Amino acid sequence: MYGKGLKPLSIATTAALAVSFSLVFFYAPLDADQGFVQKIFYVHVPLSIVALLGFVAGGVFAILHLRSGDSRWDAWSYVSIHISVIFGVAVLVTGAIWAKASWGHWWVWDEPTLVSFLIVFLMYATYYPFRYAIEDRERQARYASVFAVSAGAFVPLNFIAVRMAESLVHPRTFATANGGLPGEMMLTFLACLAAIALLWTTLVKFELTAKSASGQVKRLRRALDAPAPGGSSRVAPEVS
Amino acid sequence: MPALPLDEAGKYVAGAYVVFLVLVVVYVAIMATKLQRIERELRELAGFVEHRANGDQVATDREQVSADV
Repeated sequence: MYGKGLKPLSIATTAALAVSFSLVFFYAPLDADQGFVQKIFYVHVPLSIVALLGFVAGGVFAILHLRSGDSRWDAWSYVSIHISVIFGVAVLVTGAIWAKASWGHWWVWDEPTLVSFLIVFLMYATYYPFRYAIEDRERQARYASVFAVSAGAFVPLNFIAVRMAESLVHPRTFATANGGLPGEMMLTFLACLAAIALLWTTLVKFELTAKSASGQVKRLRRALDAPAPGGSSRVAPEVS
Repeated sequence: MPALPLDEAGKYVAGAYVVFLVLVVVYVAIMATKLQRIERELRELAGFVEHRANGDQVATDREQVSADV
């Protein structure tokens, strides 16, 4: 069920990434202030936007799970958070590389944007031990959903708080007071944002398809009363 | 801070894009391994079902033979 449309989506994602990265290196002009290093912006910022929106999406799916009790929404929530955490790792690493190139430091502890993202990332990193500490599948799904809703609500609040705080070194790229990005840069940025959002969607569908297949194999095994091949102790959400 | 020269900035930009691509490739490789495991389990289950169906058939044949005798 989840695998439907995965192939065209994967092709579209690959094409979108190829086109957007071509725009980054062959179309977007060099930044007058930062020069070539600013090219990291086109991968770092879309990754962070998509990761944060993914966390919020995980919260929305968790609300749907709590309202309906349908375990498929729990699986959507779990996978959304999982892929967003992976994107979060990419945000932290690409951000650290950009910081080193621009500011001469891998990390700046008194910068609200960096520290707030790290807090959000670490909060979601606790989602896995929290989830897997509960053995009962239904209770696990319910508690994980409550976590996802609370954490998902924290993400926009955290974002607003950071925007209100005074930035020391991190630029406010989309501030309207000093003007936004020039046309070519904005077009390239939007192409990268679309490509990375597509990548997120593809990976979520890919993982849900794998989970669905795995769940069906387990159900088949139970129905046939067949011996299990050294199963994992982790209780990931099962998708039908 | 002045912009880094291209030769120095290049390694940082390459590093950032390589990290992104490596993460995606590693994730896809892990998922491919999981899918291979699922495929193997499905093959095992298919073999189990066939084996059981054959066993049932043999048992039915035996019952048939003993009933005839």
